[in-house]
Amino acid sequence: MTALEAANSIKAKFGDLISEPTEFRGEISLGISDANQIAAICGFAKSIGFNYLVDVSSLDNYGEDPRWTVVYHLRTMLAGVEICLKTSVSEEKSELPSVVGVWRTANWHEREIYDMMGIRFCGHPDLRRILMWEGYPYYPLRKDFPLAGKPSDLPGVAFTRVTPMEGGPFVTVAGVGDSSAREPRVRVPETNE
Amino acid sequence: MNKMPDVQNIEIRDTAGRVAQVAEELQDVQGEKMVLNMGPSHPATHGVLRIVLELDGEIITKADPDVGYLHRGDEKIAESMTYTQFIPYTDRLDYLAPLANNVAYALAVEKLLGVDKNLPPRCQYIRVMCCELARISAHLLGLGAFAMDTGAVTVFLLTFTEREKVYDLAEAASGARLTTSYTRIGGLVRDIPPTWCAQVKQFCDEFEVALAEAETLLTRNRIWVDRLRDLAVVSKEMAIDYGLSGPNLRGSGVEWDLRKNQPYLCYKDLEFEVAIGSVGDCYDRYLVRMEEMRQSVRILRQCLEKIPGGWGNDSKEPVCIADGKITLPSKQKVMSSMEELIHQFMLVTEGVNCPPGEIYFGHENPKGELGFYIHSRGGGVPYRLKIRAPSFVNLSILGELMPGCMISDVPVILGSLDFVMGESDR
Repeated sequence: MTALEAANSIKAKFGDLISEPTEFRGEISLGISDANQIAAICGFAKSIGFNYLVDVSSLDNYGEDPRWTVVYHLRTMLAGVEICLKTSVSEEKSELPSVVGVWRTANWHEREIYDMMGIRFCGHPDLRRILMWEGYPYYPLRKDFPLAGKPSDLPGVAFTRVTPMEGGPFVTVAGVGDSSAREPRVRVPETNE
Repeated sequence: MNKMPDVQNIEIRDTAGRVAQVAEELQDVQGEKMVLNMGPSHPATHGVLRIVLELDGEIITKADPDVGYLHRGDEKIAESMTYTQFIPYTDRLDYLAPLANNVAYALAVEKLLGVDKNLPPRCQYIRVMCCELARISAHLLGLGAFAMDTGAVTVFLLTFTEREKVYDLAEAASGARLTTSYTRIGGLVRDIPPTWCAQVKQFCDEFEVALAEAETLLTRNRIWVDRLRDLAVVSKEMAIDYGLSGPNLRGSGVEWDLRKNQPYLCYKDLEFEVAIGSVGDCYDRYLVRMEEMRQSVRILRQCLEKIPGGWGNDSKEPVCIADGKITLPSKQKVMSSMEELIHQFMLVTEGVNCPPGEIYFGHENPKGELGFYIHSRGGGVPYRLKIRAPSFVNLSILGELMPGCMISDVPVILGSLDFVMGESDR
């Protein structure tokens, strides 16, 4: 199976949903007109041998409609046939089905896209931010986000949640007062005394 | 009547799995679970990886890796500079193998330009040597830190002695030990110095001895084997499903190496074997890395023999594509000829003019497949540059791998996956 044959068999299965395969520098890509079908199409691609998801990328076509493009790079292991699937999502919707059910490696790739671009993946088991911290208000890879960044609240020191021992009995307080004030002793969490 | 099982066929595998099973059976009698925060500043997490572990006694019941503490926004930064200007940023991805990152990035842009197959042969050989030196250096650090976390500090001292020599070689070629930025789009920043090949040969001779010594300390060491065998087993299917790459994928027995399966540069002219594991445990991943280093030496020796122009480049073989629209002309010509002056000016101010289009190029880096997806809309600046970081993808399996293991297994598992956070977080 060559990449072109694989592309044609995907096109034969889904018909008008799939654009004609295009080739650039030896890479075959297929456009998918309805992003809602992406999970079904990826599932079919896996069934014909594309068992390895190399990468998922996202693209912000700022000022154009639809605004988002999501790009999937698939590979058959070990034959090494590669194909690229592309689909677009409008800014109002900003959501498409997750492919975690097809390849588990999609989990972190989709979390990264959600974190960086703000595109949501419905059906994702754990759609949280991954590189930025939970509670960060912006999506930094969008074209309308400035390179210099925007001011925002920092996460509470290094931790986003209360550390397990904080406020418990016999806790050393870090960096407050001299060592006699910091040493472990029974503290009442509410008053910190 | 059932036949009694043959005693010699009984296999005691998957000790970690059995611990988990026992733990499950004892769940009611055990106490409540405890959440332990490991990292982001922990010597065994090799950088700023944080893992939130849920423990039942000493047994991990849940692991949630938390990455992003080293996020610098490299992909965002790339959108605001020319292709050449981004090369120094690639040094800082996998900072244990900057030379390999430089080559990977240069090849990706060259693929976009459509010139990746036309590189001068000498340039290809030098790039391959750089990649293999980077592989040795990265694996040596991985091995040293891995062994040290497991309690074998001597190995660390051995590997770091050898690593220092690789740094010296990188410095001799590029002028910098870590921030090499040795490649340019369409070639190299300069040819290797005349004495470099002799230094590489000497390194190969010394390194083989040191590697054999490190191996005698570990490969049949009872403590080492006991701690690594049957721990964190990744099956073939699981490795493919999680998108593992590099030694972690091959450790699970998948014979996939981009140098062999999708040869770039001059790899198809070089002989080497792809090492694979059989079980997919930590020990297999260790063995694969050891063998890869030996194969890298083999590749280096062949390159020394075959390098076009010889060690001193007496025949003045070029190391850059002779195209004024891609690589900088010689300074002498810039000063004496109008056309070259214009080329120099355009390349420096506007960058290499890439055609509209998009490509993905995957490179076999020491940690796995380092891929660059470049979406160009023409001009000297990428519209979008996505980095497929092997460490990022390899780490995503942690949540699946750790439950059932003991807490003392954590440094072993992390060491065997051999990741680097600078690349994972980008």
